[in-house]
Amino acid sequence: MESNKNFVVGIFEDEDVLLHAVEHTREKGLKIHEVYSPFPVHGLDEALGYKRSRLPIAAFLFGMTGTSLALLMQFWMLGYDWPMIIGGKNHASLPPFIPVTFEMTVLLAAFGMVGTFFIASDMKPYKWPRQFDLRSTDDKHVVAVDLAANKMSKEEISALLKSQGASEVNEKNF
Amino acid sequence: MQVTSSIREPLITGGKTVHDVSEDISRQVEGKPTQLWWIAMGISLTLFAFGFYCLCTLLWEGVGVWGLNKTVGWAWDITNFVWWVGIGHAGTLISAILLLFRQKWRMSINRAAEAMTIFAVICAATFPFAHMGRLWLGFYWVFPLPNTWGSLWANFNSPLLWDVFAISTYFSVSLVFWYMGLIPDFAVIRDRAVRQGHQLRANIYNFLSFGWDGAAKTWSRYESVALILAGLSTPLVLSVHTIVSMDFATSVVPGWHATIFPPYFVAGAIFSGFAMVLTLLLITRKVFKLEDYITIYHVELMNIIIIVTGSIVGIAYITEFFIAWYGQVPAEQYAFYNRMQGPYWWAYWSMMTCNVISPQLFWFKKIRTNLVATFVLSIIVNIGMWFERFVIIVTSIHRDYVPSSWSMFHPTLYDAGEYIFTFGLFFTAFLLFAKFFPVINMAEVKSIIKSSSEQKH
Repeated sequence: MESNKNFVVGIFEDEDVLLHAVEHTREKGLKIHEVYSPFPVHGLDEALGYKRSRLPIAAFLFGMTGTSLALLMQFWMLGYDWPMIIGGKNHASLPPFIPVTFEMTVLLAAFGMVGTFFIASDMKPYKWPRQFDLRSTDDKHVVAVDLAANKMSKEEISALLKSQGASEVNEKNF
Repeated sequence: MQVTSSIREPLITGGKTVHDVSEDISRQVEGKPTQLWWIAMGISLTLFAFGFYCLCTLLWEGVGVWGLNKTVGWAWDITNFVWWVGIGHAGTLISAILLLFRQKWRMSINRAAEAMTIFAVICAATFPFAHMGRLWLGFYWVFPLPNTWGSLWANFNSPLLWDVFAISTYFSVSLVFWYMGLIPDFAVIRDRAVRQGHQLRANIYNFLSFGWDGAAKTWSRYESVALILAGLSTPLVLSVHTIVSMDFATSVVPGWHATIFPPYFVAGAIFSGFAMVLTLLLITRKVFKLEDYITIYHVELMNIIIIVTGSIVGIAYITEFFIAWYGQVPAEQYAFYNRMQGPYWWAYWSMMTCNVISPQLFWFKKIRTNLVATFVLSIIVNIGMWFERFVIIVTSIHRDYVPSSWSMFHPTLYDAGEYIFTFGLFFTAFLLFAKFFPVINMAEVKSIIKSSSEQKH
């Protein structure tokens, strides 16, 4: 992380005011570093111009891996490595293998996707996040603006955020 | 600025603000445990210790300490196993299926219900393991480990092995789903701890929250993870009790060999699960003063699910009888005649009274919105569903094809002890959860404060 990063931090009380503020300030050319909220605000990711998450694709690929591994395992074990006839039934046929295949698909899809989520979001148990305002997990929505990424001055950004309904505007340096 | 819909009842009462939600839910995590909590913990640990003694005796002496005999090889152990697994189903139904149906009332109850699921599945799993007798051999009996370790490959044609995969997947995925929901709430407690100057608590909860930051990008990813986990859990939860029912249905025992079993078991599981959710939540809301979050309206909606699933179960019982009569197979007909009029008639009629008749009382709005009545009926349903499994398992096998081997099942202290063990385990785990983890999903409840909370007057 670079040192000496200066941020202007706008605090919003209401999610609808926040949503409009993000849309309007971005129209006016403000580059927002990130918005921190205590709960998911619907439409905020579109307002910030974020693309849809590709995690569903990861889940699908992990799920398919689970399906293939489960089928391979069962057919190899009971069909090839040690074929056994139990109860006069075929030693390797698809229908009785479906339950285990389904469970392994779900297991790998769920764990793979959650693992991908942690890696993509750079989340680890021992890591402290960069916190702009501790109230962002309580009841405030926090808009962080990186001064270096914007042409506007500190005062201009501050005035813009206030005009859009920010209840307070602070500075934060890392 | 609050907007309350005039046609729907508010989900959160008492004019709560977003900040109040953090306060109310974090309070019991931050404070010292109450005296009531210590008393409850003491009782749970006593049950646990007594049960653990019984479990150790069983492992030391062998399964012979149970009342099982040559005819009745499955009795309380498998009854308790199916009962606990069934109870778990409500948690997943609330968190996954109701999420897919966009039912916002799930938000105040899903955390505790999912915790119940996880602990119930752990309790369930102890029974098949104990039933193996030689627990240490269980690993290559149930897991696909190779022949050179002392056994052939596991038999993938067996529903008992499907069960191993179903239950362990169900447990793992439910655990992940539950934990994902906890992550933003751990961050709430972390940030409050930083502001209150509790560095140790801040570090612990930051560790638990994986360094959650609440960024819009993270939330966006998080929501798609939650949606897909719900989509995966929905068929998963239906598969689990389907496979449990196949433990019976794929056999040729009269009374078990029925194609109706999977949907009938799933409905029964949700029925018993909701009863247990109500039993637990009615106590939790009282002890932690959560009346504004878990309202009468929530209780009423859960009671409606109990009427629906209870009636499905009732229809399933009648259908089984009809098919036994209509199918004209003497052994099958006898099995059902024996259930109703045989030596276990009392178990059968307890099941019918508790599961089919008693939930019909919830048709009356006065009863389904009455907390005492709900609490009593929820326990009656729990008892009834235990009897259902007992009736299915024991009455079907105690009089088998050879009349000379007909016998009764007489439970011993150790049969009861194992059941007590799981109760001790369940309540100890639930009490620890309720003390150290936020019992209500704060992030989700905060997101509906504007739309579904009662306005301050």
